[in-house]
Amino acid sequence: MLQRTTYLSHSYGKPESWTLAAYEAAGGYRGVRRALSMTRELVIDEAKKAHIRGRGGAGFDCGTKWSFMPKESKKPHYLVVNADEGEPGTFKDRTIMEMNPHALIEGCIIGCYAIGAHAAYIYVRDELHLAKERLWRAIHEARARGYLGRTPFGGNYAVDVYVHTGAGAYICGEETALLNSLEGKRGEPRLKPPFPAQYGAFGCPTTVNNVETIAIMPSVFVTGGDAFSRLSALHHFNDGGARLFGVSGHVKRPGIYECAVGLTLRELIYDLGGGILDDRKLLAVIPGGSSCPVHLPDEIVNVPNDPRFEPYNGKSILDLPLGVDTFRAVGSMLGTCCAIVLSDVADPVLATQNLIRFYKHESCGQCTPCREGCGWIERILNKIVAGTATMDELDQIHEIASNITGNTICAFGDGAAQPMLSFVKKFRKSFEDYVLTGGKSQTGRLC
Amino acid sequence: MAFALSAERERELEEIVSRYPNRMAACIPVLHFCQEQNGNWVSDEVIEYVARKLDLSTAHVKGVVTFYTLFNQKPVGKHQVWVCRTLSCALRGADRILEHCEKRLGCRAGETSPDGKVTLRTAECLASCGTGPMMQVDKRYYENLTIEEVDRVLDRLTKG
Ligand SMILES: Cc1cc2nc3c(=O)[nH]c(=O)nc-3n(C[C@H](O)[C@H](O)[C@H](O)COP(=O)(O)O)c2cc1C
Ligand code: SF4
Ligand code: FES
Repeated sequence: MLQRTTYLSHSYGKPESWTLAAYEAAGGYRGVRRALSMTRELVIDEAKKAHIRGRGGAGFDCGTKWSFMPKESKKPHYLVVNADEGEPGTFKDRTIMEMNPHALIEGCIIGCYAIGAHAAYIYVRDELHLAKERLWRAIHEARARGYLGRTPFGGNYAVDVYVHTGAGAYICGEETALLNSLEGKRGEPRLKPPFPAQYGAFGCPTTVNNVETIAIMPSVFVTGGDAFSRLSALHHFNDGGARLFGVSGHVKRPGIYECAVGLTLRELIYDLGGGILDDRKLLAVIPGGSSCPVHLPDEIVNVPNDPRFEPYNGKSILDLPLGVDTFRAVGSMLGTCCAIVLSDVADPVLATQNLIRFYKHESCGQCTPCREGCGWIERILNKIVAGTATMDELDQIHEIASNITGNTICAFGDGAAQPMLSFVKKFRKSFEDYVLTGGKSQTGRLC
Repeated sequence: MAFALSAERERELEEIVSRYPNRMAACIPVLHFCQEQNGNWVSDEVIEYVARKLDLSTAHVKGVVTFYTLFNQKPVGKHQVWVCRTLSCALRGADRILEHCEKRLGCRAGETSPDGKVTLRTAECLASCGTGPMMQVDKRYYENLTIEEVDRVLDRLTKG
């Protein structure tokens, strides 16, 4: 269901869109006023009704996550916004911070109020200098106007927002690694439990949310939770609202497009992305950041025993609405909703090699299966590409990747294994071709 | 020579510290701040200074410095260039951009050009995948790169 929306992106491309004046002229800072007039419980209820599934990749319901925060506690509470955006193929949060930073600040006030926090830290990866600058500017503007500080909007619920910076480590996007990094430590993930809602930043109850999850909240409170959820074609899957979709790689118009939830990959690639670059054939698509399995256009949806899937069963996966549960049901993952498109010019074996190099480089090294496994797979793939690997070694990739899955402290391990398992399975012939003929009938290039 | 900040910079440092419930939390932003004051690298003297200012052990600060790729543990060129080579950019020709940079600068990725002006590096996904190929030069992004654009940017760096 292709339905463009402009809740977050109305200001994109407009002059000075990042200023308070522009944001308020477009109706900004109304949602937070409504939220602050409600009780904390009602704010969480309203968020729940909107069915905002976490936009950071795991797809957990935001209102429900907020409800896990203790109601009474002597310790301070914190909201931590995950702006580490590092998942390959993902470039949506950056657009919000650069072009609509006040939406994030307004969302932070709502989020803090809902979870009983008086401080929010926005953890921005260091490279995003423009985003940090625009966020600080927005914070100063909001503070000067009396929207942040001791008495936001003349009320008595104090909120402050700070920008914190990372220093170049993909793993710091994982929420517990991010908390360690925020505390001034090495960004190594922590074992869960305890979960952040019990023991998070500085040992205090904490909610970690993605930039987009928080930035969409003002729209939820202006529109009303239920009405906002119903924008989505997947409202009946409790997957509501509108969100940012990204498309990169071999399409004619790569970019970020805001739409109601329930868009299909075909719509994203062909209607919004303008079709395949140079009018070539679609080889494969990774739906939402590189840690998701890769899909071929001829894959058919088959989810028996669930009437909600009747409209999609028997159709191409390209026509399955992009949702957290729809993609989970077909053994895939929605991830960040930023798709990477490969045309038939791309050599799938080289794409796999490119990805494992990333994961090998970014593993934090705490768990043996992840640290060693990524290294082994990289070495084998290098041999495969060089034409010196054996069939046995090709089969080992599957074995090593399966051994990473489920055996690690954090979900990075699964994120590294998923693309390996799916590429090797779905492009088996191409890999064998490298082993048997040195890759003679493969393209040998990525572009 | 021991590293130290001016009195005014030390006040800025304390402003950073004041954002957090404890001093340790300021470690990464303060390291960035000091790295910038120290010609873009973190020397042992910087580590000792940060440790003293934040009441941390040097071992802790060193552990942090070695974990994150953006802390330079040795001197670098006047400018830093990072070329993204992760999948989305690679599908758009990142390899050609990197090759061209190496040729133009006369150094391999990971090295500094012979005139000491530019340190060339590869980067993993910089959240600019829809506008690849791309590179970061110091604090700025250059997107939808062509070879000609790369030449223009590198000209400015090496002549300036
Ligand atoms: C290796 C790894 C990297 C991650 N990177 C990010 C990231 O860059 N941004 C993000 O919002 N979430 C990232 N996540 C997900 C976070 O751990 C967490 O689920 C998310 O920030 C929660 O916010 P949400 O519920 O609003 O989606 C990552 C997870 C893993 C395992
Ligand atoms: S799974 Fe990998 S990244 Fe995650 S904690 Fe273990 S070694 Fe570190
Ligand atoms: S892959 Fe280059 S910016 Fe994301």
